[in-house]
Amino acid sequence: MIDAILTYEFLQNAFGAGLIIGVIAPLLGVFIVVRRLSLIADALSHVTLAGIAGSLYLSQSVAAFATLNPLFLGIAASVGGSVLIERLRTLYKHYEELAIPIILSAGIGFGAIFISLAEGFSNDLFGYLFGSVSAVSREDLLIVGAIALVVLAFIALFFKELFVLSFDDEYAKASGLPAKWIHFMFMIVTALVIAGSMRIVGILLVSSLMTIPVATAMRVSKSFKQTIVLSILFGQASVIAGLVSAFYFDLAPGGTIVVTSILFLLIVLIYKKIAVGMKRGAIA
Amino acid sequence: MDAPLIEIKGISYEYEATKALDNISMKVEKGDFLAILGPNGSGKSTLLKIMLGLIKPSKGSIKLFGVDAKNFKHREWIGYVSQKSNSFNAGFPATVEEVVAGGLAKKAGLFRRLPKTVHEDVLEALKAVGMDQLLDRSISELSGGQQQRVFIARALVAKPKMLILDEPTVGIDHQNVQAFYDMLASLNRDKGITMVMVTHDVDTVTDRVSHVACLNQTIHFHGFKEQFQTLSDEERASWYGHSVRKIHHTGGGH
Ligand SMILES: Nc1ncnc2c1ncn2[C@@H]1O[C@H](COP(=O)(O)OP(=O)(O)O)[C@@H](O)[C@H]1O
Ligand SMILES: [Mg+2]
Repeated sequence: MIDAILTYEFLQNAFGAGLIIGVIAPLLGVFIVVRRLSLIADALSHVTLAGIAGSLYLSQSVAAFATLNPLFLGIAASVGGSVLIERLRTLYKHYEELAIPIILSAGIGFGAIFISLAEGFSNDLFGYLFGSVSAVSREDLLIVGAIALVVLAFIALFFKELFVLSFDDEYAKASGLPAKWIHFMFMIVTALVIAGSMRIVGILLVSSLMTIPVATAMRVSKSFKQTIVLSILFGQASVIAGLVSAFYFDLAPGGTIVVTSILFLLIVLIYKKIAVGMKRGAIA
Repeated sequence: MDAPLIEIKGISYEYEATKALDNISMKVEKGDFLAILGPNGSGKSTLLKIMLGLIKPSKGSIKLFGVDAKNFKHREWIGYVSQKSNSFNAGFPATVEEVVAGGLAKKAGLFRRLPKTVHEDVLEALKAVGMDQLLDRSISELSGGQQQRVFIARALVAKPKMLILDEPTVGIDHQNVQAFYDMLASLNRDKGITMVMVTHDVDTVTDRVSHVACLNQTIHFHGFKEQFQTLSDEERASWYGHSVRKIHHTGGGH
């Protein structure tokens, strides 16, 4: 495997991007899960697909788009979608979750139209939906790297505010933290991570990489910091195992990564059950 | 003489169609322990939220520590304990220590780390509420009353000059309510922390507070607790009765 990675540039790109998103997706995912925003991540990934399909369509008809990396329009759509979701959430104050299906279906709707307009896209489509080991370009890798820098800087700079906001947003506002701004930036950073992870895990499974490792970590960790560390460990392990098996068995990496992360979740759930059972047994 | 910590003049507030507060004026002086009483829906939480700057009144003015609330920069001087049930994220994976340390976020300032003394500060705040043994426990494993104490420790850790508490004894069982109020009274007495508290425990609380305010859209009474204790039951009931008629009236209009 190591030999293959050293030999083939496409594998370097895929593993490089994979290792990066294996850190940033679960890291941001911790905040997404505890803030109950998992479904928003799903909605944004579909909006990203619309942006990418739009870019591919435009590349066939508008010269300016011919050489543009479709990821850029995907990122733009995702960021735009996150802003729209926030607007809708304030508009429908008492039905905040309504924003999610609206944006999600808008994303699929536009995506479907652009996909049918763009000739030959169906070949790439599979890779966009479920991820790809071979399709990650050097430019994609650089974009993912740049996104990671933004995400890590954001979380490092605002960690304590993000923690307080996630735990109790009314308290955050009452104590005078700029909760609105931080939430706004958080949504944009989320949109970036989703667009960046898409190449490897695919649109349909991006949100899984942000939520399943976190769900696993939450079962066994006592503190917030521990949840973060374990989420990244579970996420990273899933990405590595998933990419290796995708390469050897010629499978879609989105599938192998997510199934691996589900395996970790099952193992932890079973382990917890046994551990609790033994404790009870010891007491009785 | 110091400026009042809170000075409210002629404040009104409406939620879309619902009138919540009508022309409220009141002062809270340094060292006061004020209990705000009133039936459900009488605007108590709304009044606290205005004091905290969470919402802006439609009319009137508010000064905090002598400064117009718009220009008031020291939110860390005011500790807030919200109505527990609807605020924090149950099941959140964090230890008691992490939650209480969150109370230092504003004081430390943006782009700055928490102070080096954070562990000692947290421990001291937890000691003040009798919870220092539970430092490493997960917040979601605690009972309602224990969680409430942790939230008070979070409010105390930044060494506030004033605490604002919204029905802090909801979720605390009967036997412990007394001890809980004793703890607040000693914070008020020994640490000189001014207290503003919404509560329903009229009888338990009047022994310990210095002032009482009765709210039902407007302030019906605000004064020393000794004055409050001389009021007749009929007098107090009339404010509640007033509210019952009012709610009925507006409800019928829909
Ligand atoms: N977010 C809100 N939207 C609309 N009406 C509200 C909202 N919050 C409170 N109200 C209404 O305002 C009035 C005062 O509420 P509140 O201040 O919470 O009362 P209390 O805390 O005394 O029970 C009630 O009639 C309540 O129904
Ligand atoms: Mg209330």
